[in-house]
Amino acid sequence: MRGLRLPLRQTQRIRLQRALEKLQSLSCKANSDASVTVADTIPVNYEDAFLNCLRGHGTTDLNGDLVATVCGVVERINKLVYVRALRARYKPEVGDIVVGRVVEVSQKRWRLEINFSLDAILMLSSMNMPDGIQWEATRAEFTIIPSADNGIRRNFSPFLVKRDLSSIGKRFLSLVALLSLLFNYLIVRVSRRRTALDELNMRGIFEENDVVCAEIRNFQHDGSLQLQARSQKYGKLEKGQLLIVDPYLVKKSKQHFHRLEQFGIDLILGRNGFIWVGEHVEARDSMVVDQANSSEQSMVPEEKNQTHTPLEMRQNICRIAMLIDADLILETVELSSTVKIDIHDMLGSEFHVLVAEREAERRSLMGKRKR
Amino acid sequence: MEYVSPEGLRLDGRRPMEMRQLRAEIGTVAKANGSAVFEMGNTKVIAAVYGPREMINVVNVFQVQNRSQQINDQALVRCEYSMANFSTGDRMRKPKGDRRSTEISLVIRQTMEACILTHLMPRSQIDIFVQVLQVMERNISILNVSAGTRSACINAATLALADAGIPMRDIVTSCSAGFELHEDSAGGPDVTVGILPKLDKVTLLQQFNLTTHSSFYELLLAYLVHFPFIMDAKLPVDIFENVMGLATEGCKAIANYIREVLLENTKQLEYRGVCNSYVSGSI
Repeated sequence: MRGLRLPLRQTQRIRLQRALEKLQSLSCKANSDASVTVADTIPVNYEDAFLNCLRGHGTTDLNGDLVATVCGVVERINKLVYVRALRARYKPEVGDIVVGRVVEVSQKRWRLEINFSLDAILMLSSMNMPDGIQWEATRAEFTIIPSADNGIRRNFSPFLVKRDLSSIGKRFLSLVALLSLLFNYLIVRVSRRRTALDELNMRGIFEENDVVCAEIRNFQHDGSLQLQARSQKYGKLEKGQLLIVDPYLVKKSKQHFHRLEQFGIDLILGRNGFIWVGEHVEARDSMVVDQANSSEQSMVPEEKNQTHTPLEMRQNICRIAMLIDADLILETVELSSTVKIDIHDMLGSEFHVLVAEREAERRSLMGKRKR
Repeated sequence: MEYVSPEGLRLDGRRPMEMRQLRAEIGTVAKANGSAVFEMGNTKVIAAVYGPREMINVVNVFQVQNRSQQINDQALVRCEYSMANFSTGDRMRKPKGDRRSTEISLVIRQTMEACILTHLMPRSQIDIFVQVLQVMERNISILNVSAGTRSACINAATLALADAGIPMRDIVTSCSAGFELHEDSAGGPDVTVGILPKLDKVTLLQQFNLTTHSSFYELLLAYLVHFPFIMDAKLPVDIFENVMGLATEGCKAIANYIREVLLENTKQLEYRGVCNSYVSGSI
């Protein structure tokens, strides 16, 4: 059963009902009757309707009417009218941070299940390898390709090098070539070319069923989705739990990686509804450091239990609170510790009611502040 | 056996023109992308929808379909119908895989395909699993059961698809109506209709006869579209039109009910989640 089926005592039921009613009344004020079902006609301003109105996702044109094709909430942005489907699979946007599970390791790529209608593809070439950066001499040329992500190279102006070269006479060119070869050898850092050996070792990086964090790179013209993991913050996720919620509950924000310092936990809110709760990892890029860390961290399994189980609670929160937000999660965790509730009871009814009440209160406060 | 008793009531206590009681519930299977239970009278059906997801090669489960069926510009809809062992009075030995369930799977698949906007989800597949949990009367032969379960299955599948957020042209609803030829006959022909209420189109039309069960194709109404109609019985045109009209009315009533349920569900999801939009506004 998707909805919560908790055994509630009479008082609990009443309290929960009251909280939910409060939530409902608050949201009704926010937008009244914007929700539509399949085949409902969406009212549009008829003067400019079919000249100016843009039909967005979840709508279709039927005999001159704008008709919804999914159940959801009508959203209007200027002339665009679309239906935001509530419960649906994830609709990716370029730049979203997602958490996915590897389903297949194939040639030069991993296929990841990210709750999209297709599997996402993470190419071997679009991720940083643990030993991915390398000094390379063989590619030395007179022009240096500038790149933004490399600190060292940015200090040297490629134009300066060019001008130097052009002012030098032909006699010295071979010498300069030699020098610049040396020079490039020192300064050019390129990400290493993927060799056949790397391809063979792909399973050493991610295996099937590994949980991976990545960013959405682009859509191919055939509709398939490409991911990238070019920074140290992306990559394999270990020692933690994966929660799966409906994607519409995760709001897009500037920050999807959170570090909850008081618990020593990393929290990744994937836009696809996959939420990762794991131990905090300092440096993800170098394997050596990682291993050192992990041996240290595995010393405290007790604490780990303590912190992880409360976060399991998140699913409950989502059901009620729905706005998944780092602050909210923190608040709930705090709540759980202030009322000194046992970890096992957190999935129980009493806490459920408590969270609902808190959320109703919070939203009413927020509504007041807005007004 | 008589369909209508001297008091003017049917076996399950309804009046001749009365529709069965409806009940629907959304979100009954936790792991599915969309799910629903639909009840029409004593017929109870559960449907679960998975997808749209990457096409998987499962030849065994869906006997005919495999990679060769892959269509590049639209989603593949698959459907599996089964009856639970405990659904009928006497325990069924073979709940799925016989000719009847293959046929019903096909019917549901075709009906659903007609309303899903498959071109929006290229290279993916949508799996619909429908299972009959309980059928109407225990003392009536399996053939008699088919009309009611068929429509209940289609209605349940529609609800589940809408719950999964799969874009559809319209909600398909289905209803069946029967006709008693003579006072003393053992049940007359029976018509199952599936319509798209908003578009006012018929996507499914099946006709059975319990007594003769002859396969005889007849009568295509001009405004009907889309799909081959399966006519298993002979029926005079005027009576057919009556029965058909009755079934269509039933469909519309069911459509209204389904939309109510969906709207209620959407509102529930919304008020618990709508905060998204308005909090971001205040910051």
